[in-house]
Amino acid sequence: MTLPAAVTTAAPVRSEYLANGLKVVVREVHTTPLVSVWCWYRVGSRDEGPGMTGASHWVEHMNFKGTLNIPREQMKGIVERFGGMWNGYTWIDETTYVETAGRAALDHMLFIEAERMANGLYEPAECESERTVVISELQGGENDPDQLLDIEVTAAAFRAHPYSHPTIGWLDDLRAMTREDLYAHYRRFYIPNNATLVIVGDVDADDVIGRAERHFGAIPAGAEPPRIRVVEPAQLGERRVTIEREGTTAYVKLAFHAPAATDADFFPLLVLDSVLTGAKGVNLWSSFRSAPPQRKARLYQALVERGLASAVSGAIMPTAEPFLYTLSLTALEGVPLEVVEAAALDEIERLRREGVRPDEVRRAKRQLRARLVFENDSVTNIAHQIGYFETVAGPDYFGAMQSRIEAVTAEQVSQVATRRLAPATRTTGWFLPIGAR
Amino acid sequence: MRPTLAAGLTPVRQTFDSGAVVIVQETSATPAVAINAAFLTGSNEEPEELVGLAYLMGRVIDRGTERRSADAIAETLDERGVTLHVGTTRHTTTISCTCLAEDFDDLLSVLIDVVRRPTFPEEELAKRRAESITVLRQDADNPAVRAGEGLSALLYGDDHPYGRPPKGTIGSLERIDRAAVGAFHARNIRPSVLSIVIVGDVDAHRAIDRANEEIEGWNGAPATPIVVPPPALPAIRRERRIVMPGKAQSDIAYGFTTISRLDPRFYAYSMMNNILGQFGLGGRLADNIRERQGMAYYAFSSFEPSFGEAPLVVRAGVDPNNVERTLEAIDTEVRLLGEAGPTDTEIDETRAYLIGSIPRQLESNDSIASFLQNCEQFGLGLDFDRRLPGLIESVTVEDIRSAAAEVLRPERASVAIGGPDATDGAVA
Repeated sequence: MTLPAAVTTAAPVRSEYLANGLKVVVREVHTTPLVSVWCWYRVGSRDEGPGMTGASHWVEHMNFKGTLNIPREQMKGIVERFGGMWNGYTWIDETTYVETAGRAALDHMLFIEAERMANGLYEPAECESERTVVISELQGGENDPDQLLDIEVTAAAFRAHPYSHPTIGWLDDLRAMTREDLYAHYRRFYIPNNATLVIVGDVDADDVIGRAERHFGAIPAGAEPPRIRVVEPAQLGERRVTIEREGTTAYVKLAFHAPAATDADFFPLLVLDSVLTGAKGVNLWSSFRSAPPQRKARLYQALVERGLASAVSGAIMPTAEPFLYTLSLTALEGVPLEVVEAAALDEIERLRREGVRPDEVRRAKRQLRARLVFENDSVTNIAHQIGYFETVAGPDYFGAMQSRIEAVTAEQVSQVATRRLAPATRTTGWFLPIGAR
Repeated sequence: MRPTLAAGLTPVRQTFDSGAVVIVQETSATPAVAINAAFLTGSNEEPEELVGLAYLMGRVIDRGTERRSADAIAETLDERGVTLHVGTTRHTTTISCTCLAEDFDDLLSVLIDVVRRPTFPEEELAKRRAESITVLRQDADNPAVRAGEGLSALLYGDDHPYGRPPKGTIGSLERIDRAAVGAFHARNIRPSVLSIVIVGDVDAHRAIDRANEEIEGWNGAPATPIVVPPPALPAIRRERRIVMPGKAQSDIAYGFTTISRLDPRFYAYSMMNNILGQFGLGGRLADNIRERQGMAYYAFSSFEPSFGEAPLVVRAGVDPNNVERTLEAIDTEVRLLGEAGPTDTEIDETRAYLIGSIPRQLESNDSIASFLQNCEQFGLGLDFDRRLPGLIESVTVEDIRSAAAEVLRPERASVAIGGPDATDGAVA
C-alpha cells in the first residue's frame, strides 16, 4: 500500500523559539478557512506531589475564570463571537488549551493564550466556586464503574511514580488545597519556556510568528520548573484489585507496564495492541471517539465472538515516562468474571508462547497507517498532534511515526509480548456488581 | 489542484430511478473519503411490542450478506483499518465509515452490500442480541441515561414512539427473532429512502458511477410520508425520581416538547436554545449553575429536532444534595428567558456565533458528510451553507421572544432525576 503524501510529514512546519523560550510551531493548511491554536504546557498530574493531586487540572479550570485583561464573564465568549470553539484538557504529562475559528479571530485567540500564560487572576471566591465544580466532575466519573475500576487499577500498578493518581486528583486533596497552592502551581509551570504554541490553518507562517512575538514576546521566562524524579520499581508479582459495588455489569482490566514514547519498545507494543484489540491510533483528542477496526483482532475473536464479553478494548498512549498498557473487558450478562479473565489470559499466553504471525503484523501496520490519516483530518486534529508529540516526546517524533511503525518486525512484536505482558508485571482489576439495596 | 472550501461547498447530486440519491463533495485535505449512507427509517417504524427492533437490526446488518460471510466482511474492514458505524435514531438508519481514498471502491461495495443483501445469520443475531442486552444493563446503571429516558417517557408517554426506549427492553430484545429482523429490513431499508453522501479525495462523477453500479437493480417500496403524532401538551409540571443507590452524582433531565425541524420557527428556537444553554460554556444555565454557584461540571440545554415535535432538554450533573437548588436555578433561568426574552447583546452574540461556526461544521470530511446528509433529509438544498447566514440574520428579536414565551414555562416542565437519595450517604 502506498500512502499519498503521508499526512504526518507532508506539509512543512515552521518552528521558532521566541527570546523568552516559547516555542512557536506553525503549519499552513489552506484547504479550509479556519485556524486552530493550541497552547501546550509541560505540566500534568505527574508534577503533583502528595496533597497536591488534581492541582494541574484545577489550574486548567481556573485559567478559564478570568485574567487581568479579560473579565471572567467575557473569557468564554471571545472566540464564540467568531463562531469558534474552545476547550482545554489535562492529563498525566500535559495541559493544553485550544481555540479553532475563522482567521479573523486569530489575534483574539493568541491574546487569550497570552493572558492565560501570564495574567491569571485566581480570585479566592472563584477558586472556591471551582472547587465544587471539580468535585462534581470527579463524582460524575465515579458514576461510571469502568472509570472507577481504571482509577483503582492504575493506583495499584504504581507504587512510587506519580502516574499512580488520577488526573482529577483525590477527593481529600481537592477539599484541602488552597488558593495559594493553586496559584503557586500555576506560576511555577505557566512560563513561556515551559510551553509550545501551535498554530495550524489558513495562515501565513511568517505573519503568525510576528503576531506570536507581539502577544507573547514581553512575557518573561521563568526558572526551569522542578520535576518529580521517580523511577517506578520493577513489579515482581501480580497485583489484584476487586471493587464490589452497586451496579449491573461486571468488568475486568488487565494493566501492564508500558514503555515511554521514546523507548524502542513503544512502536512494537503499539502494533501488538492492534493485533490484540485493533488499531486506535494515537490522537488523545479524537482517536478514542470511534471504535477501532477489531473484528479479526485476537481478543475480540477470543472473547466477543465466543460470547464471553460484549466489548474489548486496549489503551496504549505515547507518554513521557513509562505508563500503562491496559486491556478492558466487559463481561457479557451472566458470564462469570473468572471465565472472561481466563479466556483473555489464555490468548495472551498463546501469543507470548507462539509469537505473532507475519500477516497479523502486516494488517496491524496497515490499520495504524490508515488511522494516522484519519486522525489528522482537520486543522484542529493536526495542531493537536503536533503539540502533543512536541510536549511528551520532543521534536521530530510526530513526523517520524509512520516510518517507525513501518519498521516494526514480527519478531520485535513477539519479543515485546513476551517481556511486557509477563504475568508478574500484571495488575488485574475486577468490578463485581452487587444488587441495588 | 482542487478548490478549497473557502467559498462554500460545491456538491454534486444525482437521483437514480430507484429514488436513491447520491451526493458527492470533493475535498483535498487528506487522502481519505467519508461515506455516509442514510435511510429515512428508524425506530419510529418498529411495532410497539418489538421496541428495539431497528436498533438490533443495525447491530447485525453488517454480519453477513448473500455475497459475503461475516468473516469476509471483517477481513475487508480490518485489512483496511476501517470501522463501519451503524446508527439508529427515531427516523434514520445510518451506516458510515471513513476509508483511505485508495480503498474507496472496496468500501463502497461492502457498505452497499450489507444494507442491500444482509442475511442476518441466526448465530450472529444471538451474539448481537446478547451484547445489546449487556448494553441495556449498562444503561440501567447510568444515571444520565436513566434520566434522559425518564424524561422522554414523561414528555411523550408510552403510546408515542418518542416515549419508548430506543434500544428496546431486555424483554423485547429477547422476543425479536430472525424473521422479525428480516421483515423489518425488507419493508424499510430500501433505495427510495436512501441518500448516500461521499466526501473526500474522490472524483465526483466517478464516485456517482460507482454508487450507481452498486445500487443498480435494487428496488423497493416507494417512500411514504413520515408521520409523527403530536405529543399531548402537559397542563402541569411532572417529575420522576429514579433512585440509584451507590451513585456519586445525580443527573437531571428537564424539558419541554417543542417543534419539528421542518417548522419555520426552527432558527428562532435554535437561537433561544443557544442563549439558554449553549453560548460560552452553557449559556445562562451554566453561568448560574456552574459559574456563579459552582454546583455542576456540566449544565446546558440541547435542541436537535427531527421530523416530530422534538424536546428541548436541559441537563445538569450535580451533587445529590444540590438537586433542589439546581432545579430552582433551572426554573429561574427558564422563567426569566420565557418572560423577559433575551437581551440585545445576547442576540448579537448568538447570531454571530451561529453564523461564524458554519465553516467549523465543515472542518472534516465526516462533518461535511453529516451536514450534507442533514440538508438532504430536510430538503434544505445544496447551497444551504451559503443560505444559512441569511436565515439566521432574518430572525427578529420578536421571533426569539415568541419562541421563549411559548415553550419556557417551568409550570409545564417535565423533570427526571437519576441518582442516589440525597440522604443515601453514597457521596463521600
